[in-house]
Amino acid sequence: MSSPGGFDLAQLRLGDRASAELDRIGAWLHETVLGTLKRRGVVLGLSGGIDSSVVAALAARALGRERVLGLFMNEGESSDDTARLAHLLADSLGIATVDEDISPILRAAGCYARRDEAIRSVIPRYGDGWKCKIVLPSVLDSDRYRIYSVVVRSPDGVELSARMPPAAYLQVVAATSFKQRTRKMLEYFHADRLVYAVAGTPNRLEYDQGFFVKNGDGAADVKPIAHLYKTQVYELAAALGVPDEIRARPPTTDTYSLPQSQEEFYFSLPYQGMDACLYARDHGVPAAEVAAALQLTVEQVERVWRDIDGKRAAARYLHSAPLTLT
Amino acid sequence: MSDDAVKRRLREFVAQNFYLPDPASFEDGSSFLDRGVIDSTGVLELVSFVEGEYGLSVADEDIVPSNFDSIDALAGFVARKRG
Repeated sequence: MSSPGGFDLAQLRLGDRASAELDRIGAWLHETVLGTLKRRGVVLGLSGGIDSSVVAALAARALGRERVLGLFMNEGESSDDTARLAHLLADSLGIATVDEDISPILRAAGCYARRDEAIRSVIPRYGDGWKCKIVLPSVLDSDRYRIYSVVVRSPDGVELSARMPPAAYLQVVAATSFKQRTRKMLEYFHADRLVYAVAGTPNRLEYDQGFFVKNGDGAADVKPIAHLYKTQVYELAAALGVPDEIRARPPTTDTYSLPQSQEEFYFSLPYQGMDACLYARDHGVPAAEVAAALQLTVEQVERVWRDIDGKRAAARYLHSAPLTLT
Repeated sequence: MSDDAVKRRLREFVAQNFYLPDPASFEDGSSFLDRGVIDSTGVLELVSFVEGEYGLSVADEDIVPSNFDSIDALAGFVARKRG
């Protein structure tokens, strides 16, 4: 959709350049993994989502499917679609896979117990069989700060929510981050035994906005799609022949036991709008033009931009490597 | 407690819990977010502090920049809430 001012969502698309971009990423992956890093292949976690599917397909195309290992790393709270679609992707590429159930590690580390203890400090009734997630208010409805609430559902369907005090919120996030960090630990186990590199799967939105756990899914040796808007990742998925069902799946966090959209958990808008706002923020496109293209108000776009700026500032710590004196 | 005393207590809390590179140059009207003093977790800490310190109940719709983005704004919010 275009606006009278000229900003057009098509500006975000690779379009005719998709094939050349596949070749460019492929050449970079080949040279970087085999030449620069001196690794013999790539290992990555497969979630059944679009990003890991595209990175797996890119790696198989660049290095050969025999040099790619996909890991299934489900746990008790993973959605049923995660395992099924991850297997579908691996089968379509013909890559080797390993099934790693991470639930025992998470239980031993106290992931669930520490998280549930923090939730119970806010909602004492929360207990066995209940499900949970944390959610943010919409940036479109008001200029409220985006502060998380916890939402829980009892086994008989009663849903409760509450704003969390800082200590409870921080403990829920810290405990849940065991999931991403455990997965990364296993990725490096397989990478070390095979002399492979670990491929990270963030797209540009996630990388720029800090939508990852430091030393969890944020850790990797190569990040082949971190320069691409999510819109572009979908274009590459089509060009690579990623199965339709994976391309049609709505983005999800698959981190909490209740279903959770990425807008509830982190981003201000669905990915198409986030791509447009991020692009516009970085290319000096006036808010009025973005607003017209997205059918939002100027005020809403400015709120999204404030949210982008705030997350970008918070992401500096996440991106920071250990600091040393010289 | 006077408005000035509330501001002093708020400034003390902010200085103790967040990093102010140059506390003297941070004015009561300075924006926490624009100056990079706090992020959204910091806002949550401010909410928790004013609830505990002044016995207030802060509604979700109160958690907006006009109430929480500076010492002046917070002091005004506390004064209005305490009536």
